[in-house]
Amino acid sequence: MYPENFRYTKEHEWVKVEDGVGTIGITFHAQKELGDIVYVELPKIGTIVEQGKSFAVVESVKAASEIYAPVSGEVIAANDALANAPETLNSDPHGEGWIAKIKLSVPDEVNRLLSPTDYQSYLGAE
Amino acid sequence: MAGSSETLKRTPLNTVHRRAGAKMVDFGGWDMPVEYRGVLAEHQTVRRGVGLFDVSHMGEIVVAGPDALKLVQWVTVNDASKLVEGQAQYSALLYEHGGFVDDILVHRVSDHEYFLCVNASNQDKDFEHILRQAQAKKFDAMVEDAGSRYAQLAIQGPRATEILQPLTATDLSTIKRYHFRDGSVSGSPARIARTGYTGEDGWEIYITPDESERLWGEILSAGMAAGIEPCGLGARNTLRMESAMPLYGHEIDASITPWEAGLDWIVKLDKGDFLGRDALVQQKEKGIARKLIGFEMKGRGIGRDGYEVWINGVAAGWVTSGGPAPALDKNIGMCYLPLEQAVPGQSLEIMIRGRGVEAVTVPLPFYKRANPQKAQA
Repeated sequence: MYPENFRYTKEHEWVKVEDGVGTIGITFHAQKELGDIVYVELPKIGTIVEQGKSFAVVESVKAASEIYAPVSGEVIAANDALANAPETLNSDPHGEGWIAKIKLSVPDEVNRLLSPTDYQSYLGAE
Repeated sequence: MAGSSETLKRTPLNTVHRRAGAKMVDFGGWDMPVEYRGVLAEHQTVRRGVGLFDVSHMGEIVVAGPDALKLVQWVTVNDASKLVEGQAQYSALLYEHGGFVDDILVHRVSDHEYFLCVNASNQDKDFEHILRQAQAKKFDAMVEDAGSRYAQLAIQGPRATEILQPLTATDLSTIKRYHFRDGSVSGSPARIARTGYTGEDGWEIYITPDESERLWGEILSAGMAAGIEPCGLGARNTLRMESAMPLYGHEIDASITPWEAGLDWIVKLDKGDFLGRDALVQQKEKGIARKLIGFEMKGRGIGRDGYEVWINGVAAGWVTSGGPAPALDKNIGMCYLPLEQAVPGQSLEIMIRGRGVEAVTVPLPFYKRANPQKAQA
């Protein structure tokens, strides 16, 4: 369910780091809690984001939810396919439903995030 | 994520919802299912087939006695004297200043008994309001807070009648929209009303709490072949929004009058005096300053409850309810605007997270079912 090579936040985002670039999305748990996702506000390319700060918005039928950057850096890609198919965030949150790619400015930050095991214990305790 | 569910009120179906895996939320102090399979799917099920809702959180108030009609006429805006036995009407309780205490359904059970269905979160307030008025006006009528005596199930959608009919000896085809009859469903006494909050044909049945779990199961079984689904309050909200039915705390509250909310059709000024009438007459003479209107998003984004509405660079009003309209494939909402701008075709900007997103006003309702039975006002 929760890929081994991802790291997770307590706000239910995930990041997968490859060659200094983090691909970011929301977790299976997050999309399940939100319910039907109907709109995604993507970050602009070139935006500088800071770990823990809001950088995107995901909206379900009921509410708008801020998405917090799990790592700091510069947005180098956004998943434009979500504009016309926001439901991908429900159907494939850890894959096709990625939100953005960030070029890490503080690579160490990722070490402070939760491992899959820790994240799942956190979910259990929540 | 959810708050403590222990302090919340529960309907008699609470464990049924939890066992079935419904997502539960705090709704006005009640632990209620917001969705089963998903809001969008449940919404479409009600538009195209039939859905079952637990609305036992709704309040019931019984007004009975020789002056029951006098009291109902005094505290409500619609003309309850026009009701025949077994008929219901949409109405409202107002404060003296003309603002809403609540919007309600008034059922005429007999000459001396009226059955009111009120909003869950307003039940205590409504009861005290009516009781106070009964005492102040010295009406010979008893007011009962009957909420705990009833569970309420809503069977809604074009196939609702087909599903409910085999479970009752009452000939449902003889009950018109906004009418009701006391009978039984699946062997249990039930007040069967052809009313709803979805914009579809359907039924609201008032039953004893002890029987609610059995009836819930039997209605779901009976509707299985027709694709019935249990539905949550999420779909109930998107359904009522598409149909532009007001929700207390959003389109209406103590600061809003029926003229402003576009509910002129339920106000009967010629029925005699009633609480709030003077204020309404005054406002009608003076003219209202703002009015409720619908909007559709043109730009990308969703205008939601509480967002500011701007016209020509100036803050002009606010969104009362907003979100996706699943049956229309649009993002819609309702808002209050200055009277002269509350007309269809007005360009708007909805302020979404500090940015103006283009929208345009449209007439209400957004959705109307194809062949509605004529509503009896």
